[in-house]
Amino acid sequence: MADSGVTDGAEKKEDITRVKNEGKELSKEEKQRLRKEKKSQKKNKEKKDEQDALASEREKNCAPSTLSQPAAHKEPAASPPVQAAVSEPPAPAAGAPPADKPAKSKAELKAERRARQEAERASKPGKKGDPGPQSTAGKPKAPPSELQPVVKRLPEHVQVDNPEVLKKLAKKLERQQIPLRSDYGYKVSLFSHLHQYSRKAPLTQQLSIPSTVIHPVIVRLGLQYSQGIVAGSNARSVALLHAFKQVIRDYVTPPNEELSRDMVNKLKPYISFLNQCRPLSASMGNAIKYIKKEISNIPSQCKEEEAKTKLQDCIDRYIREKIVLAASAISKYAIEKISDGDVILVYGCSSLVNHILCEASEKHRKFRVIVVDSRPRLEGREALRRLVKHGISCTYVLISALSYVLPEVSKVFLGAHALLANGYVMSRVGTSQIALVAKAFNVPVLVCCETYKFCERVQTDSFVSNELDDPDDLMVTRKGKTQLEGWQQVSQLGLLNLVYDVTPPDFVDLVITDLGMIPCTSVPVVLRVKNVDQ
Amino acid sequence: QDEGGLVEYFRTQMGKDPDMASAVAAIRTLLEFLKRDQGETLFGLRESLTSATDCLTGVDSSVAVSSAGELFLRFISLTSLEHQDLSQCKKVMEERGELFLQKISMSRAKVAKLCHTFIKDGAKILTHSYSRVVLRVLEKAAAEKKRFSVYVTESQPDAAGEQMAAALRKLDVPVTVVLDAAVGAVVEKVDLVIVGAEGVVESGGIINKIGTYQMAVCSKAHNKLFYVVAESFKFVRLYPLNQQDVPDKFKYKADTLRSSQSLSEEHPVIDYTPPSLITLLFTDLGVLTPSAVSDELIKLYL
Repeated sequence: MADSGVTDGAEKKEDITRVKNEGKELSKEEKQRLRKEKKSQKKNKEKKDEQDALASEREKNCAPSTLSQPAAHKEPAASPPVQAAVSEPPAPAAGAPPADKPAKSKAELKAERRARQEAERASKPGKKGDPGPQSTAGKPKAPPSELQPVVKRLPEHVQVDNPEVLKKLAKKLERQQIPLRSDYGYKVSLFSHLHQYSRKAPLTQQLSIPSTVIHPVIVRLGLQYSQGIVAGSNARSVALLHAFKQVIRDYVTPPNEELSRDMVNKLKPYISFLNQCRPLSASMGNAIKYIKKEISNIPSQCKEEEAKTKLQDCIDRYIREKIVLAASAISKYAIEKISDGDVILVYGCSSLVNHILCEASEKHRKFRVIVVDSRPRLEGREALRRLVKHGISCTYVLISALSYVLPEVSKVFLGAHALLANGYVMSRVGTSQIALVAKAFNVPVLVCCETYKFCERVQTDSFVSNELDDPDDLMVTRKGKTQLEGWQQVSQLGLLNLVYDVTPPDFVDLVITDLGMIPCTSVPVVLRVKNVDQ
Repeated sequence: QDEGGLVEYFRTQMGKDPDMASAVAAIRTLLEFLKRDQGETLFGLRESLTSATDCLTGVDSSVAVSSAGELFLRFISLTSLEHQDLSQCKKVMEERGELFLQKISMSRAKVAKLCHTFIKDGAKILTHSYSRVVLRVLEKAAAEKKRFSVYVTESQPDAAGEQMAAALRKLDVPVTVVLDAAVGAVVEKVDLVIVGAEGVVESGGIINKIGTYQMAVCSKAHNKLFYVVAESFKFVRLYPLNQQDVPDKFKYKADTLRSSQSLSEEHPVIDYTPPSLITLLFTDLGVLTPSAVSDELIKLYL
């Protein structure tokens, strides 16, 4: 089937382009056809280049007769220079490559790989694409043999300044029929590897209405994320899970498809879309992993209605256990640490910390709170509103006044966006500053974090992986004048609006999780215990 | 129930072998209590064991007694008690209790075996108050023909340091007793500091006789090694953030807690040393860094 596809590809291609333009979702076969077409076209182009390169060598070396056989009757892909480069028969298609890679030149490597792929495709008709994408992300070039372990590509390796990676991303989005969001404004060079989007150009403007590829609930969710209507780690995860519940409710298994595999494939474009609207958080990533696992564990005999109810129950249980119940467990431990007469410092708006303080005041602990806030988000105002409504006496300062208030503070409670495997805490920008100054004043710093936010990533600085928010947010109008109005025109000026930063474990005294109180260095132990459980 | 008898048994155990840790005596008492218990249900048994532990902490308020009691309870109930007959269950629990007791009786020897190699020939050691584990370690080192000299703090208010000095003199180890206030001045002369612990907390810090914290701070300032020797039954599920956060029931002796009017006039007998000041902990589970203590605690308790 693979061979025949190439020859009558021309007519099919027109069909495909026509269908695409109508905005309908491509069927699986058409997508396969399209992918194969593109791949063979690319190979033809590269073959031509290699042929030119090796042709000159051939002239010098008077190669054996096999080379001179014209390959006209063969497929355009399996051309002579490629056959010359492969000495052994590629019949054991899964044969491991020879170990002395560095000695050969890049062109020969490519040629060998091409030949092996062709041989694999010839011997296994209908085999879908190759593990090619993994080898081009700037990592050491491992030949895509099936026996070799798959190179794990970290989705956080956003490399916006690498044009190859961008091209791959664009192709992937095109395949999933999701528009690509373009970057906005001048980026500070240290962060040029990250995306920077403008809030005034949401992704939804580029979608056709009605979009049949993306469920409307997901479109709405994406818009809420990108406009900042739904913000905060827990809120985003819960919104995501509810949206997925709706998607599952409306899902209908197409004929001749298995629910467990097709639904996961349906979810992939949604996830790419949401990622384009706003980069996924670690908690959302863990939630998505959980859902995918649950979906793929659905037995094939299971009826559709039954499977759908089961999945919805799973999601409800996840929200209940990992978020709601975890919050009450954490507040139980945290309240032990709050004594009468305490002065507690909080930063920004963390739903978990607010919950803890409200519960503590209901249990009649006598304490007062200092809320520290920072521009441009000014999230502390929301925290202040919630705490004052519960009758807790609060003070409100901006982060520049931190060292002024710290001498009277007895404890610092911080929320976290994620806890990394090396014990670093990833949280809203400004958190590491608070932890640092608190350490200098010998004030204990307590971080409250549910276990579903623990992730396997390791990071030691805030540059490698972060999020850049809309730079226009930094503009502020006072007394009718906006000083930074024309910042785009000034060539040397860049506005940096970071969202997250990482705090090293030396500054954190205690982490309160639903499993108990642990030191910051014990996060990998919890991850290990969790993996054993699963 | 038989609270008076329990306390009596505990006191006799303590009296019989002064070298035994109070926690070990507590466990022997709890085991005896288990054997004598006439309860009908497992749940009732657990409840009465918990109340017995509370009763014992009323006699000796050290952290080790409460942690040992909790660990004992966990150890014996860790088995799958599927037997229908209660007496059979109790037999299994008693066997496990004996096993636990045997294990912890060996723990001091294990600690000494691990630690004595860290004492180099010609070392000058600083230690605090009277700790039987540290004494055991120094005995082993002396038996290995190592030459070392020891500075002991007097450790008021009970002058326990004098007891330690007397025991060391019997081993022919040159020993000097220094004032508690002289620690800062003496630290620059020594090579390493070894202290015992009454309790090891979740953060990896220790709870020990008052005066340990300032010794740790001084040794950190002089970049001297600070070693802690403790048996594993002293690991406790506490997480103090600072001195104030240590519960009052451990800070004062049991009699003081009962009799005094206002605790703020009483002198605390223990203090908390945070993990950042400790170099290594020697336990019968091995040689641990302070951050590994949490790992071990999770394994022990979860």
